[in-house]
This record gives sequence, C-alpha cells and structure tokens, in this order.
Amino acid sequence: MQISADIRDFLVENFLYGRDDGALRDDVSLLESGLVDSTGVLELVSFVEEKYGITVKDSELVPDNFDSIDKLAGFILKKTREAAA
Amino acid sequence: MCGIAGIYNDRGGLESSRELLGGMIRMLRHRGPDGFGLYADEKVGLAHARLSIIDLSGGSQPMPNEDKKVWITFNGEIFNYIELRRDLEGRGHVFRTRSDTEVIIHLYEERGPACLDFLNGQFAFAIWDRGAGTLFMARDRAGIRPLFYAMRGDALLFASEIKSIFMDSRIKREIDPLGLDQIFTFWMTIPPRTAFKDVFELPAGHYMVVQNGRMRIKKYWDPDFTPPEKARPEAEYAEELKSLLIDATRLQLRADVPVGAYLSGGIDSSAVAALIKNHTDTPLRTFSVSFEDAVFDEGRYQRIMAERLGATASHSSVMCGCADIGRVFPDVIWHTEKPVVRTAPAPLYILSKLVRDSGYKVILTGEGADEVLAGYDIFKEAKLREFIKKEPSSRFRPLLLKRLYPYLARSPVRSARYAEIFFAGETGGCPAAYASHAPRWTTTSRIKVFFSDAMKEELKGYENIAELASGLPEEKLSAYDTLSRAQYLEMKTLLPGYLLSSQGDRVAMANSVEGRFPFLDHRVMEFSCRLPASLRMNVLNEKYLLKQCMKGLLPAHILERTKQPYMAPDSASFFSGGADYVQDLLYGKRLAEAGFFNPAMVSKLAAKCRQNRMLGFKDNMAIVGIVSTLLLHELYTDGFASRASEILKLSTTGGIAYADQR
Repeated sequence: MQISADIRDFLVENFLYGRDDGALRDDVSLLESGLVDSTGVLELVSFVEEKYGITVKDSELVPDNFDSIDKLAGFILKKTREAAA
Repeated sequence: MCGIAGIYNDRGGLESSRELLGGMIRMLRHRGPDGFGLYADEKVGLAHARLSIIDLSGGSQPMPNEDKKVWITFNGEIFNYIELRRDLEGRGHVFRTRSDTEVIIHLYEERGPACLDFLNGQFAFAIWDRGAGTLFMARDRAGIRPLFYAMRGDALLFASEIKSIFMDSRIKREIDPLGLDQIFTFWMTIPPRTAFKDVFELPAGHYMVVQNGRMRIKKYWDPDFTPPEKARPEAEYAEELKSLLIDATRLQLRADVPVGAYLSGGIDSSAVAALIKNHTDTPLRTFSVSFEDAVFDEGRYQRIMAERLGATASHSSVMCGCADIGRVFPDVIWHTEKPVVRTAPAPLYILSKLVRDSGYKVILTGEGADEVLAGYDIFKEAKLREFIKKEPSSRFRPLLLKRLYPYLARSPVRSARYAEIFFAGETGGCPAAYASHAPRWTTTSRIKVFFSDAMKEELKGYENIAELASGLPEEKLSAYDTLSRAQYLEMKTLLPGYLLSSQGDRVAMANSVEGRFPFLDHRVMEFSCRLPASLRMNVLNEKYLLKQCMKGLLPAHILERTKQPYMAPDSASFFSGGADYVQDLLYGKRLAEAGFFNPAMVSKLAAKCRQNRMLGFKDNMAIVGIVSTLLLHELYTDGFASRASEILKLSTTGGIAYADQR
C-alpha cells in the first residue's frame, strides 16, 4: 500500500537517518522500540497533516492512531475518506 | 576567585619546571586577569591567577604561613572567614593580611584535612606542607569550583581547567570514547573521568592527599536525605529556612567589590534578589538574558520582578538570538572542555560578558534551589510514576500525567494514553534505585545512534550505569523515598557535572565573573535535604516550603507562575547565520577523520535541521552533541597550539610574581 510505503520512507529518513536495519516492521510499536519519543510524535503529526492535507485533532493524538505504520496508515485512510465524503 | 595550577614530583627536579608552570597559569588568565603568582621548590610548584575580590591589596598568592613551611594556592571564597579568623586568632595564630586565603592555611595547620568541615564556601585549593612533605587538595561540597589533574611519569599536574594541564605537551589531548558515551547519556562525565583520556577530575566534596609519591582520595561530604525522626510544625521549618537563606545571602555579599544578581524570572533568582533588597544594605544591581524566541523568553517575569524590587533603573538585560548562540558556541566549548547536548550554556556566557562590561565581577544567582528544594519536573515524574504503579488498574491516576509540561505548546502528553506510555517507567535495564533518571538517560542515549561503527565497537560491553553506580551508596539510596532518591542523584550528577560547570563556573569565569549561590550554602543544603519530603514537594507543588517562606517578599505572579525550565534554541542556533563553521564540521572530510560519528547519518540529520521544521528532543540533543564534540576535538587537537599562543600573547612571563621562599 502506497501510504504505508510513504510512512516508512518518512520514518527511515527522519528517525533512522537513512539507516534501515530491517527492524522496522509495519506492526512494530514506534514508542516501545524507542524510535519515536514524545516530541517525535509531533513530527509525525506534521508530516501527516502536510502530506495528506488533514487536520489531526488533539483527541485523535493517541497511540491507537500513531503507534505503528499499520495504525497510522489506517488512520490516514479513515481521515482522507471522511474528508472526501 | 581565580585560577590555580601546580606540579608535584616527589623525586624533585621541579625548579626547572618554572617555565611550564608559568605557561599553565597564563592559560587561566580569564579566571584571574589581575595578576599571576608562582612558587616553586624542588618538589612542588604552585601557581595562581588572581581576580581580586577580597583584600585587594594584601591577598596575593601563592601565600605562605608565618614560617613559610606551608603554602597555598586557592580558587574561590571562604564566606565565613571573618568568624574563622576570630577563632584562630584566639588560638594564637598571627595574620598578616585581611584575606580569606590566609584563614585556610591556619585552619589547616590547626585541623589538617578536617579543616574542610569548618569552611563555608566555594573552593578548590592546593596546600603544600613542606615540613610534612604533604600535598593536600580539596574541592567544595557541591562542586562549584573545579580541579583537574593528570599524571606524567613521576609528576602530578593539576589545574582549575584542563587547558592549563595541556600546556605539558607530553599529556595526550585525546577525547575519551567512554567519556563521550557518558555525556551522550548523563549530559556529564562521571568523575574522575573527563572528556579527555588522560585527564581526571577531583569529585565534588572530596579531597586528595599526596605523600611520598602516593595519592589518596577521600570523600568528606555527601548530601544526606535521612528524614527527621519527629517532624516539627511547618511554620517553624519555613522560619528557619528563611533565616538560613538571609544569612547565606548576607555572607555571600562579602566582597571588596560591588556585587550583582541574576534575574531569570523564576522563583529562585527572584528570592535571592529580594533577600538582598530587603535584608542587606547592598545596593541591588540586576542582570538578565532574554530571548528573541517567545518560547524561551521570560522577559515579562524579569520585568515584573525588577519593578517589584524598584530596580528597573539598575537592571540590564541582553537579548539573545539564535545567531548569537551560534556565533559564540565555539568559544563556549573551548571553556566547557566537554561536549554538551544543549546550547543553554551559551546565553549565560553572553550574560556574563554583559556583567563584566558593566563593571561587575561577582554575581549572586538562584542556582541549586531546584536540586535542594525539589523544583524539577524529573522529580514530579518520578513521584507520579510511583503513584500510578501502586494502582495500575486505576483509570484516573494516569490522567494526572496530563498536568506535566503545561509550557509545551502542543504535547502528546495531553493524551492520557500517550502519557502513560511515556511515563510507564521506561527504565532501560536501569537499576530501580535510578528509576527517576532512567527516562532522561534512555532518551538521551538514543542520540548514540549517530556513533560511528568504530566507536560502537570500542564501546561494546561498556556499561556506563555500572560505572556511575560504583560511586554511589546503594544501601543509603534504597532507604530513601522516591523524591529524596531523585534529588540525591541530581545533586551528585547534573548539578556538579553540567549546571555548575558547563553552565556555571566555566561560562562565567570565561568573562572573569564569579557566581555565588546562596542555595548551595552547605547549611542551606543540609537543612533542606533533611526536611520532611512533603515540605520540599507537596504532592506536585514544587519547592513548597520555599514558596511559603517567600510569601510577602515575592509578587504572586512570580510565586504562582508555572515553572519554566531554562532552555535556549538548540538546532536553530546553528542554521540561522552566525555559525558558518557548522558547514565545515558536518559536511567536510574532517567529520569522517574525527571518527566519532557516522557521516551519512549526520548529513541526513543536518539536512533535517537545516529545513528547520519542528524537531524533537532527540534531534536537538543530537545536533548539539555532535557539533560540540567536533568543536572540542578541533579546538583541543590541531587547533590547540595556535589558540594557546593567542592566549599567551595576552601576558608575559615577566608579569609573574615569584614568591620569596625564605
């Protein structure tokens, strides 16, 4: 899925600084793996907002939406569909 | 306040080392531009760079006792010297000067190393007892004044700063990968380790005795958080804290030159300024740093406090922008002599320049209050985590976490579920005794991802936490409550290793300015640490007792404001003009040659920083850590000789006064 690939590219570039060691699976917890910290989540939010033209509400800023490539891809899909509807 | 340096060689032959010693002390000219002194016999050489503050005419050093058998070179202040002198005169000691220096000599003659228990002050000194053949060196309890040493063959070299020791070209100027690993975890090196392989630091609250070529290091003071057996009424404690602070401030205003105060806009420095204003006769002169970026700026509160003090006319402020920080940063690293992961020392370097340019060389600040009276968020986090752990099923306890960091404009911590994960007590394999600090250390450690493969190989199997733990009293710590344990750790690590050094002594003395800290008066520290924990932090109300005893002296705006940690723009400082050297450091072949970092990853990070998008803590810490490490490497390897010769040009060997030994 293109969204997942885009997210992965962003994470590799911005949080692994280009060095993809293969540990970043689509279901890995970004927090527990130490890849993203409390301020890193905000980077992720601005990436999503800019790239997909959606607005993330404070109430949506939860691990269920942001804590893995899978979850984030699902969230983006849901938000873009909502916007289109 | 001054700089000191010296050489000891039990085998003798030191008469010939005068030239080296002369160079060592001239390297510390910024610490003491008012004159150099030197003493040398066959075994020991002592040198001194003087910043005249007490007894302007009579206090030259190195200074001997009456029969010239005992010599001292001393950096710092003994605030209770008048009281000590009275007592010593009563015991028959004869004084030739009005200085505090002479008091230490006589007290040492009277008590030996136990003299330290009587000194109220901030100091690092070396005493050479020719008769006994003993060299005695000590540092103050909190670690305000520095002392480094190195061994070269049979000789021991020591000095206030490492650059002085490096004047002996036989001592390698090489960054220690283990020291770097520590800074990229704890923000500091764990003494005796420093950022350099062959140079060591005498820890705070320790002394060293060297005799017959043998060295012994001993701790004489440690924070004690043992709770009182029976708590007294709160009002009594508040009254006692206030009178201790008044007395500490009064003593620390002793000087034969005018004394100023920093105003940060927070409670601590405001309290010190208010105590000067209301409880002493010293005319109040205040100084502040403000920031162009509103996120960091506390100018509004500084003005409120200056107005309250009626000091607006005698208040000066310097505005600090990103480019200013970038511009001075190499000089700052020359002075800190170790990498840093925040740029916060730079604005204080700019501020001390303002102080010096205004004709002041002594400044009182609120430093230390957050450690001894519990002001930091890291203490709140520790308490909260423990509270949540006791009732993990509670849906409501984690909601408290949302109350942390209200000063962050937008924080995922506002989502309780995120907060829970962030504060779940990520201890990263850290022993439970250090749980309070584990999140900070784990978060900082992530910037080690930029280390080169060679560095990672060299660090394989190295456990920096084990090295830290080996110097800490595990049993004592495990008996403390969570808050006390966290405070103890902070007082033993970040306070001396970063706040009082990189962000304290080094950036103030760089401009020949001496900081003084009433909250670090040992009576205030000892009293505060032994308060019932709930008076230091009441539930989540930080510095509770201090606020109680400052009511009436401070405006409500200051007392009730949300605590804002002192921070400065980090990454942005290197990419806003003013820091052209960054291009060379981060992209040139020198990055690969230095060998510490992975060049490809560093250039990705640099590109990200250059775009100046919203950056997280990790990226900010990483870029500051990398730039400062590379600067340190350049300044102290290839760049050292030329920088040293520039400094030596500012003085001459002819300007050194040789002490008369006979």
